[in-house]
Amino acid sequence: MRVEQIAVFLENKSGRLAEITATLADNSINIRALSVADTADFGILRLIVDDVEKAKKVLKENGFTVGITNVIAVEVADRSGGLAKVLKTIEKAGLNVEYMYAFVNRSGENAVLIFRFDEMDRAIAALQQDGFTILSGAQICAL
Amino acid sequence: MTTLYWEEEIETLPRVGLESIQLTRLKHLVARMYDTVAPYRAKMDVLGVKPTDIKSLADLQKLPFTVKDDLRDNYPFGLFTVPMDQVVRVHASSGTTGKPTVVGYTKKDIQTWAGVMARALTCAGATSRDMIHNAYGYGLFTGGLGAHYGVERLGATVIPVSGGNTKRQITIMQDFGSSVLLATPSYALNLADAMAELGVDPKTLSLRVGIFGAEPWSENMRDEVERKLNIKAVDIYGLSEVMGPGVAMQCLETDRGMHIFEDHFLPEIIDPDTGEVLPPGEQGELVFTTLTKEAFPLIRYRTKDISRLIYEKCACGRTMVRMEKITGRTDDMLIIRGVNVFPSQVEHVLMGVEGVEPHYQIVVNREGNMDTMAVNVEVSEAIFSDEVKNLEKLTRKIQTDIKDLLGVTCKVQLVEPRTIQRSEGKAQRVIDNRKI
Repeated sequence: MRVEQIAVFLENKSGRLAEITATLADNSINIRALSVADTADFGILRLIVDDVEKAKKVLKENGFTVGITNVIAVEVADRSGGLAKVLKTIEKAGLNVEYMYAFVNRSGENAVLIFRFDEMDRAIAALQQDGFTILSGAQICAL
Repeated sequence: MTTLYWEEEIETLPRVGLESIQLTRLKHLVARMYDTVAPYRAKMDVLGVKPTDIKSLADLQKLPFTVKDDLRDNYPFGLFTVPMDQVVRVHASSGTTGKPTVVGYTKKDIQTWAGVMARALTCAGATSRDMIHNAYGYGLFTGGLGAHYGVERLGATVIPVSGGNTKRQITIMQDFGSSVLLATPSYALNLADAMAELGVDPKTLSLRVGIFGAEPWSENMRDEVERKLNIKAVDIYGLSEVMGPGVAMQCLETDRGMHIFEDHFLPEIIDPDTGEVLPPGEQGELVFTTLTKEAFPLIRYRTKDISRLIYEKCACGRTMVRMEKITGRTDDMLIIRGVNVFPSQVEHVLMGVEGVEPHYQIVVNREGNMDTMAVNVEVSEAIFSDEVKNLEKLTRKIQTDIKDLLGVTCKVQLVEPRTIQRSEGKAQRVIDNRKI
């Protein structure tokens, strides 16, 4: 029920994001979703890709600091209030969102929300109890 | 203008007379060190030198050096030559691995120190009528108290204002009529800028002269301080191991070098690589032998400061040799806002933070008048996190630990792995962008 996400450390200097995406492209790795967290001094790039192991290997070979973390992917209908409903469940359960980002799948009907919680197990339980669809890594790649 | 002296006879003694005093004191010192300081006796025995071998000042070269590691190895009081009940004060400066270097003084040492410091103040034209604003830090650092006792010996009025609280310092200068300023040169520039901000015209103050030391400063900086504060800026030299401030002092008649008070501190210039004494006038590492200290005398202490000795006659009439402004160091010690910083201390801190690999680089800049230190740390997988707050927590921890150990505030910057320049497999640990 968890999806593996790749996180890459980014120094704030021009061209680093381009180098990462080029490295992935050269190795035919497809990026399904991404977000960049930035501070004044550094950034963290978070990626959902179709081949986590390979992505980690090639990025490390190219000198990047890479970490793998588990996140939760929730599928909601792509219409007004989709995210609000999920967040209501999270709030009710008293959970904290560390960060989140979203993308819309190819059909355009559904949106996928990627979440990192402080308590992942409790989050999964709460979301399932309220009937949300939680996607696996394979499902995301198939979208 | 007639030159003022504190102890005219000794300060203007022909060199033959001075050297005869030095030799008598040196013989006495070597004999005492051999008898009372086992680690130094052992060093002399290794070289096969006995106190009786010292027959001329040139024989000084036969004696072994003392280095900072000797002080650290005998931490804290191992090299003191008198029982602790005769030690009336200790001072300390930062060491290379976190352990400070401790120095001790007997009652007579404190008097000697006050005396050379009074000489130094007189070199700068200060008299008992002056109001002396002492902005050197008070505490374990020798600057504050060392200067303080000298001012009292001179009979002038000391304002023990210490560092910081710049606005109050300016008010004190205005209200008390400070006429002589003792400070680090960068703090003097800070004061000047604060005055400009507050709309205080230095010309309305009584300030006449500034005595600056404890950190490297350039001739450009001297011009800037003189212009901005409307004063004459002179250089003072000292280091805690040898005594503290007052080892050497620039007089008002020359811009070239500081008179070393040679009846107390015997200087040599050596080749830092071979240890050989260099001919007069050549540039090399400055070495001191303390001729009169009781509690903590040193023979041939390697300062790691680069300078040269100037034997030409000075217009002030003092016969004591001058040392050129320090032009560099033989080691990697940095002086940041008056605090000694060794890269190894930063490494020590980083090694203490779990998961941090000691791939780091120290970048020093001078922004405005203040030195800034940034520590770049390579992010390894062990410390990397996908959450910003974890990485920020880490940089804060490193920053706090460095502040705690070294007493210097720095900016910690995380950088990508293998981005710190390496030359021939060895990382370049320090980039000093200051133009000194």
